[in-house]
Amino acid sequence: MRLYEYEGKRILQSFGLEVPQGFLVKSPQEARAAANQIDGPVVLKTQILATGRGKAGGIRFAATPMQAEKQSQELLGSKIKDYTVDQLLVEEKLDIQKELYVAATYQESTKGRVFLVSQSGGMEVNKEIESSSDALQKTYLSPWIGLQPYQARSLAFSLGFEGKLNQSAQSLFLKLWEVFETLDATLVEINPLLLTRDGRLISADAHIEIDNDALFRQRDRLEAFKIFDRDDNTRPPTEFEIQALAIDKADYRGVAGRVVEFPGNLGLLIGAGGGSLTLFDAVLRSGGKPANYCEVGGNPPVSKISRLCKLILQKPGVKGLAVMTNVFSNSRVDFLARGVIKAMLELGIDPSTFPLVFRSAGAYEEDGYAILRMHGVRYFGRDVTLEDSARAAVTMMEGR
Amino acid sequence: MAILVDENTKVLVQGITGREATTFTQSMLEFGTPVLAGVTPGKAGQSVYGVPVYNTVNSAIQAHPDINTAIVAVPPAATKDAVMEAVDANIGLINIFTERVPRKDVCQMLEYARSHAVRIVGPNSLGMCSPGKAKLGAIGGPQEEFNRAYSPGSVAILSRSGGMMTETASQLCIHGMGISTAINIGGDPVIGSTFVELLPLLADDPQTTVIVLFCEPGTSSEERLAAWMREHRFPKPIVAYVAGNFVDKMPGMRFGHAAVIVDGNTGSALGKVKAMREAGIVVVDNHGDIAGAVKILLEKNLAGGE
Repeated sequence: MRLYEYEGKRILQSFGLEVPQGFLVKSPQEARAAANQIDGPVVLKTQILATGRGKAGGIRFAATPMQAEKQSQELLGSKIKDYTVDQLLVEEKLDIQKELYVAATYQESTKGRVFLVSQSGGMEVNKEIESSSDALQKTYLSPWIGLQPYQARSLAFSLGFEGKLNQSAQSLFLKLWEVFETLDATLVEINPLLLTRDGRLISADAHIEIDNDALFRQRDRLEAFKIFDRDDNTRPPTEFEIQALAIDKADYRGVAGRVVEFPGNLGLLIGAGGGSLTLFDAVLRSGGKPANYCEVGGNPPVSKISRLCKLILQKPGVKGLAVMTNVFSNSRVDFLARGVIKAMLELGIDPSTFPLVFRSAGAYEEDGYAILRMHGVRYFGRDVTLEDSARAAVTMMEGR
Repeated sequence: MAILVDENTKVLVQGITGREATTFTQSMLEFGTPVLAGVTPGKAGQSVYGVPVYNTVNSAIQAHPDINTAIVAVPPAATKDAVMEAVDANIGLINIFTERVPRKDVCQMLEYARSHAVRIVGPNSLGMCSPGKAKLGAIGGPQEEFNRAYSPGSVAILSRSGGMMTETASQLCIHGMGISTAINIGGDPVIGSTFVELLPLLADDPQTTVIVLFCEPGTSSEERLAAWMREHRFPKPIVAYVAGNFVDKMPGMRFGHAAVIVDGNTGSALGKVKAMREAGIVVVDNHGDIAGAVKILLEKNLAGGE
């Protein structure tokens, strides 16, 4: 779960890291008041859950409270990287001597954690973590033993810091590590970490991601910072996706969801995990235009399948449906068939005439096929490859 | 021969009284894999399909000293603890079924197992099988269904997807080919046994002639495999398929499995295909092409040469 910058900074501050003086504002009037309070030039930063907002015009500067009001008027309500901006962080503009980079994260290739430090801030860390870039200093940390003082010390020296500055860098690294460990973070990134002209180290940004799978033991701690669970993605969910999520959450049995909306005309209900990856590729390669991505697996009950199927069939622009899965191990083909037919009948759609491709196999396949035959639906079994099924679905859609 | 699981496999199921563990215990017994004991703290004395339940791993091992394999199917918050309990009891192979285990716990339990020379497969692994010999987890479903996809043979499958492992086996079966060992390595970003860690075992397995890899975007496991292949002359042909090309165009979004996320240029399907082809792996464009490609390689092998 990705945190907003202002949430991240609240956390950093509580662990003893210095952040710029700032205020979270929701209106131009508040922005002006904040700038007044700061009493100097300010930075206005849009609070969105996306990387690269600076390049997208989401960060502005203002010399006076009047300018801050005007700039925030333009930013609030505008769209930056698909997000509608409704909050800004107004912060003091600092006198910068140097921009640095510091982060802690996981590295899947070594199955452990790394502490990263760089002389130059602003780079995209994800591209660097697995590579062997010289610009980035990596300290590998055992999963059981975190950053030790000697490691923090040697990193501080490697940055050329002496004396008091060296001490404060060491302490900052150790505190950042404490944030990472304490909160089950998967990323704590300060980019840039500013060295000001008066020799202070200030965290000018905060990108913190909390392990979704550890939220069960972090909720209380996060709620103390007024941070609550949210679904995160690179863009806000659409209305269609929100409805699909509600269907999935209403019944814990089986995966029937993880829906992503696409603009096409072919509704998809496809096997979960690797099956959905294979099938979605196959549909695109054959020239199909998916209306959605939607996984089914883990043996969802008929009711859940039919609710999801209805949602897809009712999506504006959907002219056909492809229900395709890999050979099931633990789901039932008859449940899938029943769910699809139920959805159609309830919507007054004739399954025998509606453009529908069905490909599934595995447990209870004969029962499933019998239901489909009864309703005049053509189906494929395991002898037809996933790609051939997808091709048939796309061919079916031609001219529609 | 086969790898990891064979006729000597003797299983302990941790979390045996859970819903899914009960189902796959039945499935394994039906297959004929000896499940000697189960563990659920506080439920000693009960039994699941005739398998006795114990409170601790140690008490199960004391009563059944032949146990050499554990399946962990406990809730995510208890997984690290269960794995360490199995490691301390000297069980040599641990297959972790549980998904959504906190990242920190995963790294810690893998490190603990590594330092005790215990092999981990998973987390988020549906299991593995050596047809005709042993099966862990619910791979392939009920026995009758299992037999329609998996028959004994000389092709090994390593798959990042449990469902697509059976689809792959089914395609091979339709074309008359069988399986030596099939392993679902797990759909999580950090897992105990990646491709690189399992290939050396397959190189030494006399039953395995050709290896099939089912790959997905995200992580660097295919790239690391390709790098490893360039340094080591791998003696057997490998056929790979990479699902999820569309994910490349949607960076930062997760599809299918927890590990399937493309960040910048790292982990893209296209990058994986390129790296593996350069390393001499036969990468097919369609999943449906796997069986044909394997068949050609098997026939070449029968003809006795390259």
